[in-house]
Amino acid sequence: MTTTATGHVAAEARPEAAEVADGSKLAWAARDTAALVKRNLLHYTRVPQLLVFTFVQPIMFVLLFRYVFGGTIQIPNVAYVDYLMPGIFGQIVVFGATSTAIGLAEDMGSGIIERFRSLPMVRLSVLAGRTGADFVRNTGVVVVMLIVGVAVGFRPKGGAIAIAAACLLVLAFAFALSWIMALVGLKVANAEAAQAVAFPMLFPLTFASAAFVPVNSMPGWLQVFAAHQPVTVVVNAARGLMLGPEVAADLERYGVFNTSTTGYVLQSVAWIVAILAVFVPLAVRQFNRS
Amino acid sequence: MSGSTAPAIELAGVTKRFGDVQALAGVDLQVEPGTVYGLLGPNGAGKTTAVRVLTTIIRPDAGRAEVLGLDVTTHPERVRASIGLAGQYAAVDEQLTGRENLRLVGQLCHQPRAEVVRRADELLERFSLTDAGDRPLKTFSGGMRRRLDLAASLVHRPPVLFLVEPTTGLDPRSRQDLWDLIRELVADGTTLLLTTQYLEEADQLADRIAVIDHGAVIADGTAAELKAQMGATVLEVAFADVATAHSALETVAGVAPGAEVDGIAVRAPVDDGARRAMDVLRALDGAGIDVAGLTIREPSLDDVFLKLTGRRAEEDLDPDAPAVADPRPTADVAAQGGSR
Ligand SMILES: Nc1ncnc2c1ncn2[C@@H]1O[C@H](COP(=O)(O)OP(=O)(O)O)[C@@H](O)[C@H]1O
Ligand SMILES: [Mg+2]
Repeated sequence: MTTTATGHVAAEARPEAAEVADGSKLAWAARDTAALVKRNLLHYTRVPQLLVFTFVQPIMFVLLFRYVFGGTIQIPNVAYVDYLMPGIFGQIVVFGATSTAIGLAEDMGSGIIERFRSLPMVRLSVLAGRTGADFVRNTGVVVVMLIVGVAVGFRPKGGAIAIAAACLLVLAFAFALSWIMALVGLKVANAEAAQAVAFPMLFPLTFASAAFVPVNSMPGWLQVFAAHQPVTVVVNAARGLMLGPEVAADLERYGVFNTSTTGYVLQSVAWIVAILAVFVPLAVRQFNRS
Repeated sequence: MSGSTAPAIELAGVTKRFGDVQALAGVDLQVEPGTVYGLLGPNGAGKTTAVRVLTTIIRPDAGRAEVLGLDVTTHPERVRASIGLAGQYAAVDEQLTGRENLRLVGQLCHQPRAEVVRRADELLERFSLTDAGDRPLKTFSGGMRRRLDLAASLVHRPPVLFLVEPTTGLDPRSRQDLWDLIRELVADGTTLLLTTQYLEEADQLADRIAVIDHGAVIADGTAAELKAQMGATVLEVAFADVATAHSALETVAGVAPGAEVDGIAVRAPVDDGARRAMDVLRALDGAGIDVAGLTIREPSLDDVFLKLTGRRAEEDLDPDAPAVADPRPTADVAAQGGSR
């Protein structure tokens, strides 16, 4: 009992401490976000199923497409495994984005968000902590998948800087998707509902894309969608960067790409900026309201 | 601000509507600094909503809500720095250990790093959780979870504390332990507002009690004042069955005005209990109605609630809500609902 300040002393001391300049508010936001990123990542060490879902599932996709379907998919002048791996990166982060929705929906349902809302923390950090943790997780997954890719014969010729840039682009896209999924997680009632809403959105984006097969091998009506949707754009940007300018030029010549690597990169950046510009404010508004 | 007469917590004409439900229909209450205030009412009365307004979680539609003289809608950040909230649903992270939970709250309260560590250890010790501090919460019992939730609300030493149904779903033993802890907590001058569906809990812990029903305060005062509204004593006559009780009502009411049927009993507020009991027995005997039992007792808060609302406080409880003796913790139910 000796440790608690008396009511009146604390009553007068605390509110003054809450009067802060904008600068330190930003520092607080960063601290709060970091604390929640850590909290969210700790879940991966406590719930083995999460780790399995995160790492084993993409490895299975690599093996499935590399060794089961790979033999039937022909791409001129490019080994299928080289075509495939950038697509797998895209597929991983798109599927992985559901965890933002599920994690937030779970938190909303468990009452812990009520506690966060009653604390003198920066509220936005709840969302930033979630999307930030998913960004860190995605980074880990991309690194692991690069290693797995090399093990199954992935030999990108784009050079270290271009490969790093490709990874960053994919991660930035994943971060943008996280904010769409944050909005989903805030709007639905529970984790199951989050999954039920997220997968029908993400499944066609992933499979009706250039991730696994070239768009020009699809029926015409599907090409219209597949060629322009963001997963194709981002995957082809990463593909062009990773495989190098010569391969990219070949892909463009054979109609697998319908623009240059630079074109895809610029379109990707535009998509990422547009998604963030729309969905960060929407998610924040939804969070403040619910 | 240090004026001793200013209330620590104040609601004035506060309303809040969710769709068709008027959760708060103009709530007025004032809590003096350093006192324990009990918000007592049945399920759905608006207790939690009132606390969520005061803890800045939701904004009221109208009215004024202040904590330590600070308006919750215009100074939410300053209010949050001064309050602690512990809830019915044990708002703690299932996957983290007790220590990690407390440290997380310390960080989110912007405590210096050394203080975060020190305060977590101190609270674990004080709440008898030291041994369990490094285990994930999913291994905790319902009572331990509540204690940790309470500890988490105290990390930044808030001078004003809100407890939402702190013992709902706990077994009698854990409930008693938690009551003792709460009494200790407020001994140093913390202002506490607690909500409860349990008349006994309000009676045990609160200096003043507001009875809330359908989003409005229908009575308030000390437990003694509320009971005094009932008259000095309550006379309760029990019968063999409900039908007999109903047939006896008129006879009893003829001698003891204000009598009401409650289950197999007829109950009446009376000033001169012993004397009136004789009259009632004589009248019943004359009417040829057999009496199964007779009690003269101090009025309870249950009597007050029945008189104020015409129903028992606990009769329209959610059937899933555990009774006092139910060992199943609601915290578990809530946590499972939230985590697949
Ligand atoms: N977020 C909400 N959305 C819709 N209705 C709500 C919400 N919160 C509370 N209510 C309704 O408002 C009324 C009061 O609820 P509440 O304050 O939780 O009561 P209590 O805590 O006294 O049981 C209830 O009818 C409840 O269903
Ligand atoms: Mg409630």
